[in-house]
Amino acid sequence: MARTKKPLLTKSLIYIILSIYAVTIFYPIFLMLITSLKENKEIFTNPYGLPHVFTLDGYIKLLKISNYGIYFRNSIIVTVTSIFFILVISSLASFAIAKYRFFGKRFIYFYFIAGLIVPIKLGTIGILQTMIKLHLFDNITSLIIIYIAMGIPFGVFILTDFIRLIPEELSNSARIDGCSEPRIFYKIIVPLLQPALAAVAIVNFIPIWNDFWFPLILIRSDSMKTVPLATALLYGQYETNFGLIFAVLSMASLPVIIFYLILSRQFIKGLTAGAFKGE
Amino acid sequence: MVGDRKKLMSSINKKKIRYFIPLFLASGIIIYTIFMVVPILNSMFLSFYTGEGMSTPTEFVGFRNYIRLFTQFPFKDRFINAFWNNVKFFLIVTLIQNVVGFFMAVLISRKFWGNKIFRRISFLPVTLSVLVVGFLFSLMLNPVWGIFDKILEFLRLGFLIRPWLGSTTTALPVIAIVISWQWMGEAILFYMAGIDGIDEEVLEAAKIDGAGPLAEIRYILFPSLLPVIGIVTILIFIGDFTQFDIIYAMATTRGNPTYSTDLFGSLFYRVTFQSAERGGWGMGMGAAVATIMFLIVFIGVIFWLYIFRMKGLKDKEGA
Repeated sequence: MARTKKPLLTKSLIYIILSIYAVTIFYPIFLMLITSLKENKEIFTNPYGLPHVFTLDGYIKLLKISNYGIYFRNSIIVTVTSIFFILVISSLASFAIAKYRFFGKRFIYFYFIAGLIVPIKLGTIGILQTMIKLHLFDNITSLIIIYIAMGIPFGVFILTDFIRLIPEELSNSARIDGCSEPRIFYKIIVPLLQPALAAVAIVNFIPIWNDFWFPLILIRSDSMKTVPLATALLYGQYETNFGLIFAVLSMASLPVIIFYLILSRQFIKGLTAGAFKGE
Repeated sequence: MVGDRKKLMSSINKKKIRYFIPLFLASGIIIYTIFMVVPILNSMFLSFYTGEGMSTPTEFVGFRNYIRLFTQFPFKDRFINAFWNNVKFFLIVTLIQNVVGFFMAVLISRKFWGNKIFRRISFLPVTLSVLVVGFLFSLMLNPVWGIFDKILEFLRLGFLIRPWLGSTTTALPVIAIVISWQWMGEAILFYMAGIDGIDEEVLEAAKIDGAGPLAEIRYILFPSLLPVIGIVTILIFIGDFTQFDIIYAMATTRGNPTYSTDLFGSLFYRVTFQSAERGGWGMGMGAAVATIMFLIVFIGVIFWLYIFRMKGLKDKEGA
């Protein structure tokens, strides 16, 4: 009797604890999304639950008063371009490190890896000065370059380990057939590398899309703003207009939430791989 | 035949391949060096100059910036204040994320229907921007909308209500809890990966020997998850000692109320990039602050490597 009862009890206890936890995690996000669909009055009269009247007023107003399309476009350009170059540049470097023997190889590898533990934020003064000199201040190109530099250490870290696991025989038989090294990289390594490239892309997506620090320092014009910078400035400007503010916060979050819901397994895999490499 | 092949390979390796190595490495090394390594070194270099405005260093002043930072009003006061706030912030976040993350991971890793859903939900806030999370919680905690206070009243805990972000005693812990809430999913993720790595047979054997769940945690899970505690803690350490977004969103760049939530990240931003009326100290002083932040992170990482990684390497060599 006692034996059958106990597991049931612990099991329901686990469910209860986890459900409470899930609610505390989920509810604030849920609240943000549903409040953005409420009328201004209802936000105060009915703060917790689903709206009685659904409205897109907040979103419509947001699109009217700001150039949200431009901020969104800028964020997409910055994120996609920098991730693309992170993948190309770090897979090339990783290929050289993983497959060739040369002087200073270990040093170069650790030189890259050191960037994993040093936050690039601490170089902001130097970055600002360099960008001013290159006439890239107040231009999203500067953001793209910074994010590429920021993403290379993690890219090299993951991809070098992955390329090492690809059997050398594959490249060697191609070499005997007269295949050049760039062709070996492109025709043999890259196709096999796809899962690792996906992991690097996904892991970089979150910090790049959400970065607020560098736009805050480097961007001034409205036409160059990214979503996080626009979010902060709109929040400061319309703090009392709750309907609008919740639309602003939801708009900044929806792309990552949707992306995560579609790719949550890959997200979790990629991040776990990052933390446990070299253990 | 095999011998020919080997000879052929070695001649190919020697002649043709070398030429491509620098080419493959070049783009990575150049961008990483110019836009990450040099700026960080440049900040250290700048900390020995006055650098009042946005322009290049004006005058070499040796250690003057550091001396001002450590001894003179108001530099010293702001600096020491940010340091202790940051230590407190780090300790609260570390405690919450490790304890709650550990136990949630232990619970979620039990075999039952729906455990993967819990893991996915727990990770959702990690994908949001810190800025959005900060704004969202400011709105929930503020007395105007006050949804958090209303929930407390509903739970008959109304007596707990206080000006969460308006009081110097509660603001910093509340912000630390918000950050812990957001990043908990990451801690759970790492702990679960650690638990997955534990040998099933060890756990089975413990069960057969009659070990209860607490003994299992004490003697098996906890010791095997020590390296994970190390990873979670060092990630929190690096993140918290450069944290800026959450303070900006919940307490402005001044670390309201009265600098009680001012961290190194907000101090660095304010003194370096804002005008003198708004708390700016000039680039040289800002560079000194950044250099100290770098040293703190560096010492933390070395300490972590020494405790966790070196031990791991020695174990590996022994095996």
